[in-house]
Amino acid sequence: MAQKNYSDASSALEGLLFDGMTIAAGGFGLCGIPENLIAAIRDSGVKDLTVYSNNAGVDEFGLGVLLQTKQVKKMVSSYVGENAEFMRQYLSGELELEFNPQGTLAERMRAGGAGIPGFYTKTGVGTLVAEGKEEKDFDGETYIMERGIVADLAIVKAWKSDEHGNLLYRKTARNFNPLAATCGKVTVAEVEEIVPLGSLNPDNIHTPSIYVQRFVQGEHEKRIEQRTIREA
Amino acid sequence: MPWDRNQMAARAAQELEDGTYVNLGIGIPTLVSNYIPEGVDVTLQSENGMLGMGPFPTEDEIDADLINAGKQTITELDRTSYFNSADSFAMIRGGHIALSILGAMEVSETGDLANWMIPGRLVKGMGGAMDLVAGVKRVVIIMDHTNKAGETKLLKACTLPLTGKAVVDRVISNLGVFDIAEGGLKVVELADGVTMDEVREKTDATLVE
Repeated sequence: MAQKNYSDASSALEGLLFDGMTIAAGGFGLCGIPENLIAAIRDSGVKDLTVYSNNAGVDEFGLGVLLQTKQVKKMVSSYVGENAEFMRQYLSGELELEFNPQGTLAERMRAGGAGIPGFYTKTGVGTLVAEGKEEKDFDGETYIMERGIVADLAIVKAWKSDEHGNLLYRKTARNFNPLAATCGKVTVAEVEEIVPLGSLNPDNIHTPSIYVQRFVQGEHEKRIEQRTIREA
Repeated sequence: MPWDRNQMAARAAQELEDGTYVNLGIGIPTLVSNYIPEGVDVTLQSENGMLGMGPFPTEDEIDADLINAGKQTITELDRTSYFNSADSFAMIRGGHIALSILGAMEVSETGDLANWMIPGRLVKGMGGAMDLVAGVKRVVIIMDHTNKAGETKLLKACTLPLTGKAVVDRVISNLGVFDIAEGGLKVVELADGVTMDEVREKTDATLVE
């Protein structure tokens, strides 16, 4: 069995990073983000990155740390409202930004991972998102063509991995992770726990191991953006 | 008296139909879940990957892996299911969600919606809003009738970049309820004490009887 298990995030990324590369990242807000791999990418100093990720983290956490170090050339995201530094860099022209509707971004990753180079959707018709894109009518309705994404590297966060790289996610921390995992030329997963072969139910695997080339166990801060409670 | 946020949310809750799946947007739309009428059972979808969203947690129940689309901590129910973002938007884009209730910056008399950016000033992004308005069967907007500068948000044509074209079915503002109809906005009802004169004064869109 090929050795996929690495001792730490930096060694799990060794030989995979280069300037100008594209990276697909899982996560929604700060939920289910590959925080150790992001820190290792920051430490590597790799730059001019194009990052496909639904959000851009907050100023000091998540993908926000790569914005602070100016390692990111372009973000492809659906929502970046929680990140003041992002807004500053974008409005001053230092950072490129391509807004994708959230469902379009998810489907672009899914399609790219499935060998589908493009697809048609109603989302964004008649808006800025449709500019420059092919339009086509089906059954009397107008659709626009969106492209599948294949990234040089995908980084994802899962709850558990078995020793073969079969992944399981937990609750809403799943989000974009299974899709990012499929669309990387190489996919590196960080997990909370590595469990023995045979201990995950094969009927319940979320990401089959074929999509995971490397994985590493890490400690996760799991920062919460909006701690909202009700009275007990 | 115009409605306050909670009264608007309570009015919007009257739109909920028993046995349906519904997506509530961030902000005032989230409050709608506090006013679900007795005897009406709806399942709330959260587009980050959850069906069957429960109430906010108690301090003991907080779980960093369990949030809603507004990134607020949340709880699960007996009926809850989790799924990835592509499956979540397949539900939305595939027309499986009956109703979406969203906020807005501007709505036009033909049902155009603008709620995602102000060029050069506010660049947050559309999140899932463009998918929701393109795919969900019925779109209801909750918003104040005028902006902070006192200018109307119900226009003949939107001035801001659109989220979707001809996608809104109904607007619930602090002044009343308005449907996108043939020829303009049809007044469905007014908040207690609000007059048609006040609505006319604060609306740029064509009003039809």
